[in-house]
Amino acid sequence: MSTVADSPWTRQRSNRSARLARAALVNGVRAKTVSADAVVALLEALIEPGDRVCLEGDNQKQADFLARALTQVSRERVHDLHMVQSVLSLPEHLDVFELGIASKLDFSFSGPQALRLAQLLGEGKLQIGAIHTYLELFGRYFIDLTPKVSLIAAQAADAQGNLYTGPNTEDTPAIVEATAFKSGIVIAQVDTIVDKLPRVDIPGDWVDFVVRAPEPAFIEPLFTRDPAQISEIQVLMAMMAIKGIYAEYGVQSLNHGIGFDTAAIELLLPTYGERLGLKGKICRHWALNPHPALIPAIEAGWVESIHSFGSELGMEDYIRARPDVFFTGPDGSLRSNRAFCQAAGHYACDLFIGSTLQMDTLGNSSTATLGRIAGFGGAPNMGADARGRRHASDAWLKAGREARDGLPGVRGTPRGQKLVVQIVETFREHMQPAFVETLDAWKLAEQARMPLPPIMIYGDDVTHVLTEEGIANLLLCRDDVEREQAIRGVAGFTPVGQARDRAMVDKLRARGVIRRPVDLGIDPRDATRNLLAARSMRDLVRASGGLYQPPRRFRNW
Amino acid sequence: MNASFAEMSARERLAAVVDAGTFHEWLPPSERVMSPHLAQLGVPAAFDDGVAIGRATLSGRIVFVAAQEGEFMGGGVGEVHGAKLVGLLRRALRDRPDAVVLLAESGGVRLHEANAGLIAVSEVMRALLDVRAAGIATVMLVVGANGCFGGMGIVARCADSVVMSDIARHAMSGPEVIESANGAGEFDSRDRALVWRTTGGKHRWLSGDCDALVDDDPAAFRTAAIAALSVHRPMTLAALQRESTLLQWRTDLAGDGADAFEFWTRLGVADARAVPDLDADAVRALRPAAVAPLANGGT
Amino acid sequence: MAGMETLHFAFDGGRVLAPFAPALVGVVASGNLEVLVEPAVGSGCRVDIDTSARGFGPIWEAVLRDFHQRHGLAGLSVSIHDMGATPAVVSLRLDQAIAAIGGAQP
Repeated sequence: MSTVADSPWTRQRSNRSARLARAALVNGVRAKTVSADAVVALLEALIEPGDRVCLEGDNQKQADFLARALTQVSRERVHDLHMVQSVLSLPEHLDVFELGIASKLDFSFSGPQALRLAQLLGEGKLQIGAIHTYLELFGRYFIDLTPKVSLIAAQAADAQGNLYTGPNTEDTPAIVEATAFKSGIVIAQVDTIVDKLPRVDIPGDWVDFVVRAPEPAFIEPLFTRDPAQISEIQVLMAMMAIKGIYAEYGVQSLNHGIGFDTAAIELLLPTYGERLGLKGKICRHWALNPHPALIPAIEAGWVESIHSFGSELGMEDYIRARPDVFFTGPDGSLRSNRAFCQAAGHYACDLFIGSTLQMDTLGNSSTATLGRIAGFGGAPNMGADARGRRHASDAWLKAGREARDGLPGVRGTPRGQKLVVQIVETFREHMQPAFVETLDAWKLAEQARMPLPPIMIYGDDVTHVLTEEGIANLLLCRDDVEREQAIRGVAGFTPVGQARDRAMVDKLRARGVIRRPVDLGIDPRDATRNLLAARSMRDLVRASGGLYQPPRRFRNW
Repeated sequence: MNASFAEMSARERLAAVVDAGTFHEWLPPSERVMSPHLAQLGVPAAFDDGVAIGRATLSGRIVFVAAQEGEFMGGGVGEVHGAKLVGLLRRALRDRPDAVVLLAESGGVRLHEANAGLIAVSEVMRALLDVRAAGIATVMLVVGANGCFGGMGIVARCADSVVMSDIARHAMSGPEVIESANGAGEFDSRDRALVWRTTGGKHRWLSGDCDALVDDDPAAFRTAAIAALSVHRPMTLAALQRESTLLQWRTDLAGDGADAFEFWTRLGVADARAVPDLDADAVRALRPAAVAPLANGGT
Repeated sequence: MAGMETLHFAFDGGRVLAPFAPALVGVVASGNLEVLVEPAVGSGCRVDIDTSARGFGPIWEAVLRDFHQRHGLAGLSVSIHDMGATPAVVSLRLDQAIAAIGGAQP
């Protein structure tokens, strides 16, 4: 066996060679190609105890075959792994802890496994390093959380191991770059192996092994919202968002968090927005997954560009037919990229708008509830002021002026500010108030022994709180007392809202810090579903000229 | 975009179908003729027990009308709801309007009311058949997201004619009921496309179980309702025997319970797979000639 | 009576409307309510509620007080069948009902 010089500076490289040498001996491994029934043995040969392993669990795409294989390795050979991954989505993602294969976890989002994650943590079956926002986690892949072995998912490979990740490219480039360039090992599951890829998304040089999975990788349609479920109240809030914020600030570039509230905004642009004469003046550039609800606005000519974190099932043909709007390769299919889209959403967008489960009187918001650890996803990044931003836009400058005019000292240094809007009905399902004096996040932090309460978006990043009662402009609040009353002033009949100082709220309204629908010239009785550009999934399909093909569960005609 | 007929309330639908301003309601909400059963079950009652009945004109002709509110208890027929429909039908026998038009959206018997609901539905069937036998046109408009199921599904087929939109559904057993009784392999109720091509308006049109297939549009329903005012299908023994023969032919054709695509193909529909994506106009043109006699009640 | 809660409220003052026919808005469905407004003898506004969502009396009172301040109508009887609607939906239906009887402030 040829030896690599045994230098203290090339240990990782030597170790990588040793692993590859072991892998080459596994039955069913031929150069880069691995047969499906050899995958478990391959993992046992390649992974060493204590390794940092990235198992691609993106928001939409899952390396499900590799995840299953990882749960089948011998615990004697593979144990105490440190899992680093964006999303805990599949049961297998937690099975590895239950089975003693992995013991430590760093991640971003765990919505689908929130309950079980909390249970396993409580039972001491795993240790959480930290919960991150996506871009932060990707950043740490290059600093102190570099994966040693990455198990990724791609749509297709060729004989050289080049990969086509296609519409759901998502996190793969970030994961592979960090792994491949620090002596790590990259194993890809693919749906098919072909002679010629539609395009090369990941060069074969960066990929060590490819296995054709028995079933195509699992992809979840997370960004489809049936317009039939949008309520009148959501239509009202959407009208306020468009007239009271988007038009007011001249928002050119934005990101919508997923939800029925934002779907209502998307579906109101070609109707209500058109009526207000706003086409071409707002909402031209988007950092957004391909929301089907945006189809009518796209078709009506509102949208110049969309860059996406991932794709959305059923939108593939529509995207292909609209290459001037979406980021597509020469092959015609979408190229998404979560890392770049998160960066774009952070620095290049005037506005983020999203919903939340709870907000306190400082404007801090959280989706954390007791007994569930759901993590953050992209919201902390999108819903944060970009203090490094330097390029100006009307919206950014106006928000910055509103916040800083008249302030002394360093706080008054002129700069812009990103609009961060929390859109939320005052009561959620089962009459749970969305506004609370103290977030459940504090109790959860105690329960799960976290160093800080898991706050999704910090109050001092929030610029507007929008409820069915109106809009509270926190930029215009001079101190915490005003901020608190502004929030109470739109918190409706919740206990937080009912505890408002009425005189002060009236003064805030007179100053324009709080604006009710009538102040915006909006009659709540006009907020009907007839205002929506599409009221059903079928309407969306028709709007797309038949190009959009919703997944089966959404097809009700 | 046109208003969606399916999203309208019962009264809005009535107002959209009949001649403007001619609807006069009997036993309106303010008379509080409500269910005596729901309160003890902790369920709020509705002022009209989920159905609006009354008199109107349709293209100038006097019609008695009713519209079920699908959002209230799934349009389920309870004792009072059923009594309102029966009263309307019996009054029709006395007053002899040109037609009785029912806008149906119902899951069938309101199970909360148990036997009272069952009896109510059977009384509606009997009363409807009496009106039909008296030579007064009975027209069912099947609208809405909830469809027309259970006992009301049977009621609908007791009428002279049935008009459906392509998003409406008409059947006896509901999809979830079939799945829980016979398993998802028999019928996967989460496969919404399967549900619609098995019980939806397009299937009913193509297989001869409805007389008109229209868009989910108030004007289209109004036009179809006006046309149906002239449709009389007397239930003579001969007519029933002819219908029975045709039903046997259709049953034999369906054979081992093929999926709708296969069934439509056997019926003679060209390019069955394209049907779910076509609009009502296009599907109307596809009904095979062999099916028409069934739709015409064996005549 | 298992499950349902009945609430009564009465508010003084306000202006009487021109005679009107009863009007109904909304539907008894989950998260929704139906509101029947009828003329009432005497001054003030009375509200009667049957709701399947128990224990929210204080919130109903606050919502209705607000409603009465907003419209200030007398000679009015409001009857509600509610199935867990949020205050936002309740206020909307009340406003829709008042508009239906021509009572909205110009």
